[in-house]
Amino acid sequence: MSRKDPDLLIQTTPVLRQGLTTPHAMRDVWLSLLPLVLAATWFFGIGALLLLSATIAGALMTEWVFTPEPRRRDVIRDQSGLLTGLLLGLTLPPGLPLWMAFLGGAAAIGLGKIIWGGLGNNLFNPALVGRAFLLGTFPIAMTTWSPAGGPGQLFEIQGSLFALPFQSPVYDAVSSATPLGLMKFEQQSTGLMRLMIGNTGGSLGETSGFLVLLGGLFLLLRRDFDWRIPAAIFASAALFSGLLHLVDPARYPGPLFTLFSGSLLFGAIYMATDPVTSPLSPRGAWIFGIGIGLLVVLIRNFGGLPEGVMYAILLMNAATPLIDRYTQPRVFGRKAGPG
Amino acid sequence: MDMDKNLDTYQEFVKGIWRDNPVFVQVLGMCPMLAVTNSAVNALVMGGATLFVLMGSSFLVAALKQWIPKQVRISLYIIIIATFVTVADYSLLAMLPGVHKELGAFIPLIVANCMILGRQEAFASRHGIRFAVMDAAGMSLGFVLALFSLGSIREILGNGSLFNIPLFGETFEPWVIMILPPGGFITLGLILLFFNWVAARKKAFLEQVAQAERESL
Repeated sequence: MSRKDPDLLIQTTPVLRQGLTTPHAMRDVWLSLLPLVLAATWFFGIGALLLLSATIAGALMTEWVFTPEPRRRDVIRDQSGLLTGLLLGLTLPPGLPLWMAFLGGAAAIGLGKIIWGGLGNNLFNPALVGRAFLLGTFPIAMTTWSPAGGPGQLFEIQGSLFALPFQSPVYDAVSSATPLGLMKFEQQSTGLMRLMIGNTGGSLGETSGFLVLLGGLFLLLRRDFDWRIPAAIFASAALFSGLLHLVDPARYPGPLFTLFSGSLLFGAIYMATDPVTSPLSPRGAWIFGIGIGLLVVLIRNFGGLPEGVMYAILLMNAATPLIDRYTQPRVFGRKAGPG
Repeated sequence: MDMDKNLDTYQEFVKGIWRDNPVFVQVLGMCPMLAVTNSAVNALVMGGATLFVLMGSSFLVAALKQWIPKQVRISLYIIIIATFVTVADYSLLAMLPGVHKELGAFIPLIVANCMILGRQEAFASRHGIRFAVMDAAGMSLGFVLALFSLGSIREILGNGSLFNIPLFGETFEPWVIMILPPGGFITLGLILLFFNWVAARKKAFLEQVAQAERESL
């Protein structure tokens, strides 16, 4: 996006103007995330809002500091930094200290976007880079899940949020396991109904399957993303987990649990569909999605961690330029094949 | 020697520490730089071993250069370097067995440090002993400086200590990533970013001064 140049005013015959601009698409994503933010507040108290503000503040401040003066206002106005902060915040555990969340927002923009040359040049999804940085840096705080409460705890803020910078958090409540953790370490399944509503342990925005799907449906109707990517992720995750489930139903969870637990829905709809870091062609989108679904099933069932959506998406982000190269549509009159 | 006429001993020493710093400016010797800088002690011992090897081999190469045939010079440099690496390896094993164990394969790997071979090929084999040794001392001090700054940053953030002395008390939350390999890449990247930023600012400032001078004439 270029700024208007007052000395050069080009006027042409009336042309069709496409309504879709970066702030436009961003606003749709905002709207679709609103129910998730409200649900996170309902389940985890208003501390959730504080956490989201901390990641957004970290993201915007980094964006501001590292953008040269003349482009600052444009960069802040296109809202992508804001959205990165919000998406990152929604993937964090509810009891994470605010200073860590702020640092995560700064890492998301700094290491995930600015270093690559700004919006449109980054190889990896910035919000997930921030989350991966936090998970590598504070592995204990990032896997301590406080239990989901109800409206009674709406105004109770967990003490661990206010740990001083560089200090370890002290948790008030006994931590609870996420449905995926229960599955992996205690072979205990969680009912589909609870996964749909979302009153389980987990990251702020990922617990409620129903609301995530609702937001995805809204974005689909507004044509803000490539529907093939989530469709391919769901199909391949369901297929591969179904196959494993057939082999040993006691050890490997079935397709429905795989789809609705953890951050698979959230990651497929909001993270994998980032237009900058996903393939351009329809065929590439299918390959990309199938790869993510397969990696998620592999990491969840055979890896050391209970959840693998983040690493699956980051790995396929890295493969995106290659996928783009091999799925480049054939130019008319030329022979098929890359190059 | 003829070519040494324009050289200044002090300049040859100082250039390696800042202006031509082997790590921050030339980006050489990345293997030990990233692998063994997870604590300040490891970084210093590694830096000391490299200093010994570089100074020793620069001295020998500069002294023997008339007798080294051009066609086989690289292999001879490597043999000279390997000799000093072996001395360093066994000395560390005898004196600091704990650190030697932590550094592991990275001490023999000093042979493959391209900064050392680079100094032999680019400097020691073309200049007199005095300048070769000064150059080696400056370059290896620059290398030690780089290793130490990376090692101390990573140990302070990743472990909350410096030289194994706790700095922040017991409630400090360590940044685990910093003592793992990604922390090495992130820290080195940020330091390089800082050096390039300083260089860019200095260049812009000099251009401004030159512009002002031209205008005043």
